Amino acid sequence: MAYTAEKPVPPPSSDELRARIPGWGADLDPADRPSFPRESLDLRPEGAHWDFPERQEPDGPRERSVEHKFLTPVFGTAQPLTGISGVIRRYAYDRFSEGRAAHWLLLIAGDRVDAIESHLKSFATFRPDNPITETGLMAEVKRHPIRSRFGRGRADLRHTWIDPILVAGPWVLTGWLVLKVLRPKR
Amino acid sequence: MRAMTYRGPYKVRVEEKDMPKIEHPNDAIVRVDLASICGSDLHLYHGLMTDLRIGHTFGHEFIGTVHEVGPSVQNLKVGDRVMVPFNIYCGSCFFCARGLYSNCHNVNANATAVGGIYGYSHTTGGYDGGQAEFVRVPFADVGPTIIPEWMDPEDALMLTDAFSTGYFGAQIGDIHEGDTVVVFGAGPVGLAAARSSWLMGAGRVIVIDHLDYRLEKAREFAFAETYNFNEYDDIVVHMKKITGFLGADVAIEAVGAEADGNLLQHITAAKLKMQGGSPVALNWAIDSVRKGATVSVIGAYGPIFNAVKFGDAVNKGLTLRMNQAPVKRQWPRLFEHIKNGYIKPSDMITHRIPLEHIAEGYHMFSSKLDDCIKTVVVPNAS
Ligand SMILES: NC(=O)c1ccc[n+]([C@@H]2O[C@H](COP(=O)([O-])OP(=O)(O)OC[C@H]3O[C@@H](n4cnc5c(N)ncnc54)[C@H](O)[C@@H]3O)[C@@H](O)[C@H]2O)c1
Ligand SMILES: [Zn+2]
Ligand SMILES: [Zn+2]
Repeated sequence: MAYTAEKPVPPPSSDELRARIPGWGADLDPADRPSFPRESLDLRPEGAHWDFPERQEPDGPRERSVEHKFLTPVFGTAQPLTGISGVIRRYAYDRFSEGRAAHWLLLIAGDRVDAIESHLKSFATFRPDNPITETGLMAEVKRHPIRSRFGRGRADLRHTWIDPILVAGPWVLTGWLVLKVLRPKR
Repeated sequence: MRAMTYRGPYKVRVEEKDMPKIEHPNDAIVRVDLASICGSDLHLYHGLMTDLRIGHTFGHEFIGTVHEVGPSVQNLKVGDRVMVPFNIYCGSCFFCARGLYSNCHNVNANATAVGGIYGYSHTTGGYDGGQAEFVRVPFADVGPTIIPEWMDPEDALMLTDAFSTGYFGAQIGDIHEGDTVVVFGAGPVGLAAARSSWLMGAGRVIVIDHLDYRLEKAREFAFAETYNFNEYDDIVVHMKKITGFLGADVAIEAVGAEADGNLLQHITAAKLKMQGGSPVALNWAIDSVRKGATVSVIGAYGPIFNAVKFGDAVNKGLTLRMNQAPVKRQWPRLFEHIKNGYIKPSDMITHRIPLEHIAEGYHMFSSKLDDCIKTVVVPNAS
């Protein structure tokens, strides 16, 4: 019992566990555990033949956290800032540290604006966004939607209905607004 | 080249993209042979990570063949078959020099609070990931390792994140011989954590989830005792009952931002994005352990605040340990465990799909259809 000094439910003996579970106790000694100790100067990785890495050339003004002294020597260039979302994001980086909620909330706002900008832009290309294929709905046909979901004690069934609203809602709303604006006034 | 791209929450597609280029002398370009979809990718897919730009290519679990190397690369040559840890790291900064490879200071201009990760938004540095035909691999002399001849490529793939992370999670749980360990989450990371807990000498390993097929996997793959939280009115009380009202000695939280089990928390966090993730599993971990216990958190959260029960953690004298896993540190020991036949990481894989079907792959994994646990993506199969 927890109310006396002994452990209330004693574990099986180590011999029993060793016989039942392959490798039981192989890392019993902390010295065999690669993440122990957490930090040590002995853990410096091999391969880094520099004290400070050579610097990658930036292509343009690269945004950075104000908590950095300078642009890191290596950085990603996957999707440079553009458009209105780019302005919002740059403001978040230039103005607020990572310690400020405003920094992250602006970045979240930037993400939503980026989605709208990109959907609109896609309609001017040969490959407009297609909510049916991009949501992977075809998996519903092939991957046993009923058997996978029902009668199996899943907790997420209580809120799965929200997903289609979150995903399709903005499209339906926009469609409705477009129709309203375009319909000739009588 | 063909690459998966993000098109907004719950939407992805495959596009033709420019080939990645050598942008730094220690870069390599790797042709991806196998990639996989991680539970962390679901946080992106659901729009929970910040500064996730449209057009971003996900994928931080991949193995491949070196296609091109920058002028300062010494340890790799074209044609080498490599496994690439999900961390991007320089090997020489304050943090790398001390073994904190997942917390590198030289690779993420966008944030100091997180290191560099492939295909994981601009908040982790703005690098496109490996769910594509080719990928830029910075610091090629530091991260990638040549896959040993004897190793099954799918085992190598599982070591680039999921299994190594679970193994790391068990270690930071600071397990002592005979300890009772409770693992929240029976996804690939939780399964690996549960399996690894035995290696550390656990006396009892309990796994909690609400997906029966995953709990079945936990019994088979990780020899665990399992409970479906949806069958209990209060899983915390149940944990107390089965431990003689003491609580577990160690909890490992391998669920993260989409945790289910409390409608209010799940909806405000995972659906409405008002928190940096739903803390249901983390709070259950805090409340299920005994006083003085260690809670190891490897589930991932976004950077904004969460409704965590911190007071309980203080008053119970808990040790909370957490990090993104420093993957490559785990490899030499995990290679031995695989060689000795103690573990078989690729047994977690349930699906293999071509890159062209990735939108359906995401939907299947996100909605947990077809008993999906781990999906491997094959870029050049199309
Ligand atoms: N720290 C790291 O380095 C690192 C690396 C990889 C993954 N991760 C994180 O680990 C977590 C798990 O990854 P995965 O690939 O196994 O994902 P997954 O989505 O396959 O698994 C999560 C599991 O948790 C279950 N779950 C949901 N709510 C729960 C609750 N309240 N209690 C118990 N279980 C619950 C789900 O049903 C699911 O089976 C994710 O948050 C991921 O981002 C962290
Ligand atoms: Zn991952
Ligand atoms: Zn570093």
